[in-house]
Order: sequence, then structure tokens, then C-alpha cells
Amino acid sequence: MTTLLRDLYNTSAEFVRTFGAFQLFSLRLIRHSPGILVSRFDLVVKQIFNTGALSLVIIMVCGLFVGGVLGLQGYSNLARFNAEDSVGVFAAFGLIKELGPVITALLFAGRAGTSLASEIGLMKATDQLSAMEMMAVNPVPRVLVPRFLGGVIAMPFLVAVFSMVGLFGTHLVAVELLSVDVGAFWQQIQITVDMHDINEGIFKSIVFGVAASMIAVWEGYNAVPTAEGVGRATTRTVVITAIVVLVFDFMITAVML
Amino acid sequence: MQQTRSVEIGTGLFVLLGMGALFFLTTQTTGGDDFSADETYRVEARFENIGSLRNRAPVAMSGVTIGRVTSVRFDPVTLEAVVQFVIDSQFDQIPDDSDASILTSGILGSQYIGLRAGGSDTYFEDGSEVLFTQSAIVLENLIGKFLVNAGSKDED
Amino acid sequence: MRQEPEKKQQMKPLDPSSENLIEIHDLKYSRGHRVIFEGLNLNIKRGEITALMGPSGTGKTTLLRLITRQLIPQHGTIHIGGVDIATLNLAELYQLRQRFGMLFQNGALLTDLSVFENVAFPLREHTKLTNRLIRHVVLTKLHAVGLRGAADMMPSELSGGMARRVALARAMVMDPDILIYDEPFVGLDPISMGVIVRLVRRMNDTLGITSIIVSHDVAEVSTVADCSFLISGGKVAASGSPDELRTANSELVRQFMHGMADGPVAFHYHAPDYEEQLLGRDAE
Repeated sequence: MTTLLRDLYNTSAEFVRTFGAFQLFSLRLIRHSPGILVSRFDLVVKQIFNTGALSLVIIMVCGLFVGGVLGLQGYSNLARFNAEDSVGVFAAFGLIKELGPVITALLFAGRAGTSLASEIGLMKATDQLSAMEMMAVNPVPRVLVPRFLGGVIAMPFLVAVFSMVGLFGTHLVAVELLSVDVGAFWQQIQITVDMHDINEGIFKSIVFGVAASMIAVWEGYNAVPTAEGVGRATTRTVVITAIVVLVFDFMITAVML
Repeated sequence: MQQTRSVEIGTGLFVLLGMGALFFLTTQTTGGDDFSADETYRVEARFENIGSLRNRAPVAMSGVTIGRVTSVRFDPVTLEAVVQFVIDSQFDQIPDDSDASILTSGILGSQYIGLRAGGSDTYFEDGSEVLFTQSAIVLENLIGKFLVNAGSKDED
Repeated sequence: MRQEPEKKQQMKPLDPSSENLIEIHDLKYSRGHRVIFEGLNLNIKRGEITALMGPSGTGKTTLLRLITRQLIPQHGTIHIGGVDIATLNLAELYQLRQRFGMLFQNGALLTDLSVFENVAFPLREHTKLTNRLIRHVVLTKLHAVGLRGAADMMPSELSGGMARRVALARAMVMDPDILIYDEPFVGLDPISMGVIVRLVRRMNDTLGITSIIVSHDVAEVSTVADCSFLISGGKVAASGSPDELRTANSELVRQFMHGMADGPVAFHYHAPDYEEQLLGRDAE
């Protein structure tokens, strides 16, 4: 019994310690960010490309199909109330406020997050980070911060693309497939959705972007410098990002509703 | 270095696409009912029940948005809801016996104030109060009435 | 980190008078429960090639990290050029590290940069030299290691020996006072090994720098080192020129220098009695 309690205590203490270390690490990243944005913007651009542009395919494909599903589900449910015209509203709210930020964040973690974590972990395992320290170059602003900033900047754009493509998916399904009137479809959306909803979506995308990028960079930087360690770091990136994103989504939605 | 150039082009395209998507979302999905006018005048209305009427809800006449709710308060003395709204100054010929009802737009829509024209020769001005108001329809009361009616029919 | 030109306490120039460039005194270091160094005393002479040898796991790489202050000892002092490195603040520490050139075990080239950019990296980060000057310096260093023609290749395209030579060029590009080689001979074919050995000697002599080689390749190291330290059990077990070590009396030294399978460093990992274990199982 006492060993169980002791293990519990150790695990909790370890968790708190890691959490604290993570906070300090995040502060370091944020502290170096403005300087890097100004002085080494070329590095940031490269990372925006890596995390954003290279994720476009998966984001757009998934967005299209999520929008399509919303069209199908929305139509079948709203048809009961003879409110099929509102299927656009149903999809728009769903995409802009919830599914856009959340699903994009999860896809981002899977594609870009793991890429960041494994890349940094590999640099650690092959002594590249050590070599940089030895050459008196601080690896945090040189390697970590541009990757962090690249993810943060790319996320809101990815979310916007996801939502836009999603709406087109809904349009395709509703208007072309299910014969919803195209005018009614878009008009209902325009009447009911307002900037407040879009702001909520953008705010979420920024928060999720910061979280996902921070977690990926942290896991990579703290990976055990072996092949196995790097693999584990990428897995943890996805798992932790998913949990954090969904918890934050709940909290933000509750506050902004 | 060739590698950097294609990276830069790719990033530029990505950011442009993202901004285009944001632009699309903000312009094509919102604003259908947005109201903003430079010159407005204030009008007040009292309701027994405002339902889910919110601040910034539209004020419409004949289905066209002419104004916006600016504040929703509760009067502790008269125990009524006091709604203040503004109307675009170009619509300055609304009879001051028009009535204001709280209506719902669509099925999933939010509630708004609908004005129905009266016949008076004098018009609303800044600070006027709407004399005839109709509160929001509350579903529970409706069901209650329906049940009572159904019950009394059975008794016949 | 861009180099700021002035600091309030300018890093004292490495004391040119002392014969010992690096002095390690009574160093104690443990990682967790494992004691790695227990009162290590070691002096590295200026201008010489010093070898740090020892059986696997004695902490040779750890010692390098202690010298460059990537790790901090629990006890003891390390003086470099007369300065106690424990007293340096971060800015001075980074300045000190620019006097070092370090060659990592597997080269540790930055994989997303070309060979040229890898060698140019310290120059771009720490100096404001023009592109033309950088090109000049980089090509000169690459020429010294014989790889000027590979300047546009990527690290993934290089063989092990070539990668290590590029890393050597990078280690030298800022004209350091001290060059550290961490296991430079591991995994090389005889030709590449010969090349590296020759480069190490030539760099040291022509540039007047101090070199430290960490290795357990006794044969190769002995051809090149001026002074060797054998580290075992957390202390210096023996020291001297390669010849002195080869003819030493200590059993441990002899086992190491001559590569004998069994001796003070036991062949058998600690295990219960052989007979008992075998027969005990049969009896069940």
C-alpha cells in the first residue's frame, strides 16, 4: 500500500516538475521570439513553409470531406423540421467555431508536430545541438524558436483554409447533390454568422497553434537521444497535443458562448 | 540558393491562400444582416419578456434592417425589460404609434425586433419610446395554452 | 547568438606564460548514483597533443563536457589559461567556447546545410565578415582537409571519413586555441584513419594550437600523442608519453595498452558461481 502511495507521489511530483520546466521553456521561447522575427526572418519563413505549406494537402482534403459530411448529416437532420435551407448555417457554425480549429490542430499535430519533434530529436541524437552549443551558438533561438514561430503563424491560415474548403464541401453536397437552393444556402449563412463567430475561430486557432508548436518543440528538445527516444517523442507530441487542444477548446467555448 | 527561392515562393503562396481563405470567410459568410450607420437616433421600448433578444440584435421594418439593439436592461420598479436601440437617421419618418415585436429569424436564427408601421402623423425621434410592444413568444407558455385548450375541448 | 563586441569584464586572454593550458584539480562528478570522477587531477600542456584514453564508460566524453562547461562538477576546479571556468558568466562562457574547436564522434554536421554552409556556420553566427571573405576562409579550411571540391555537397552524401574531415574544417574555421577530438578514429577505414591522423598532427604543429584527443584506439593515438592520460576508476591511472605507458609496470596500464582480454578490467560481468548456476538448474 505504501509503495502505491509513494509511486503516486513520485509520479505527481515528476509531473509537476515537468510541467514547471515546460513553462520555463515556453518563456524562453517567447522571450527570444521578437528578436528572431526581426533578425532571422529567413529561418522563420522556411519553417512556415515546412509546417504550413506542406500541410496544405491534408488540410484541404480533410476539410472538403468534413464539410461534405456536415452537409449530409445536417441535411438529414434539418429535413425533419423542413429547415434544409439552414444546412449551410449548421455547417458554417460547426466549421468556423469548432471543427475548423480543432480538427486542423489535430491534423497539424499529426503532420507538422511530429515532423518538428522528430527533426529536433534527431538533431539532439546526432549531437548537432551539442555541436552548436560548443560553437557558442545558443540552439534555442537558432533552431527551436523559428520552428515554434513557423507553426504559430501557419496555424490560423491553415484553419481558415480548412473552414473555407469545408464550406465548399458542404455547398457541393447540399446544392449539387441534395438540391438545396444555392441562394438560400449562402444567404442563411450570411445572415446568421457574424464576425464574433469568426473571431472565436481565429482566437482558437492561435491558441491551438501556440500549444501544438510549443509541445512539438519541447518533446523534440527533450527526447532521449536514441532512435527509440525520438520515436517516443513523436508519439507523445500527438497524444499530448490532442488532449491539450480538446481541453482548451472546451474552456474557450464555454467562455465565449 | 535555389532551394531557398522555391521555399520562399511556396511560403508566399501558402500565406496568400490562407489570407484569401480568411478574407472569404469574413466577407462571404458574415454581414448579411450587419448594421452600421454614421448617424443614428435612439429609441426605447419596454417588454414584458424579451426572450433571447441580445445586445446588437437587428431592428427591422418590413424585413429590412434599419437599426440595432444597443442595450438591454431590467427596470426594478416597473418589473419590465427595457430595450434601447438605434435607428439609422435616414429613416426618420416612422410613425410613433408603430409597434415593436420580438421575432425569430428562421428556425436556428436569433431573435430580433420587428417594427410594424402605425398610422400616426408624428414620427419617432431621438429619445422616443415605443408605446405598443409585443413580447417574445415563449414556447412553454404556448404549450401550456395548447394543453389547456385541448383539455377544455375534451370537456365539451 | 550574435557576438556583442564589448563586455564589461572582457574575457581575460588565455595566459600565455603558463605551461599548462588546462589544469584540472581534484575533480569530482557523479551522474545520479553513478560516480564518474573521484578526485581527478590532470594538466594539459600548451601546444601539445594530449590523449585521454581509458576503457569504455570511464567518462571520457563526460570529461570533455566538463572542460567546456556543458556540465558542472560537484567538486574541484578547472582552469583554462589561468581562468577558473566556474567563475565565468554566460557571455564569457560563450566567448571562451569560441576559442575551442570540437570534433564530435560522428561529425555532427548540420544536416540541412551544405558542406560549405556547415563550415561557414560559426563565421556567419559570430563574425560580420563579408560573403567574399567567408568564402575565402571556408575554401581555405576545406582545402586544408582536402575537401574543397565537396563544398556544395550535402552531409547525407558524404562518407564517414569525409564527414569527419568537414567537421574538422568547421572546428578550425575560427582559428581556435584548443582543438578537441572526441573519438576521431572510430569506424574509419585505414586510409581515412591515416588521413585524420596526419591532419591532427599537422594542424597542431603548423597552427601552434593545443589538441586533446579522446580515444581508445591505442595504436593510432600512440603514433600522434605527445602525452597520454589513462583514466580508469574515476581517476588518472597512469600518464606519460606513449612509450612510457607501453613499458609501464601497472597491470591495468598493461592490459589497456596491449589490449589483453582479462586483467584488472574483468572479462566476466559479475555473475553467480558458474558451477552452481549450471548444476543448480539441472538438479531442478
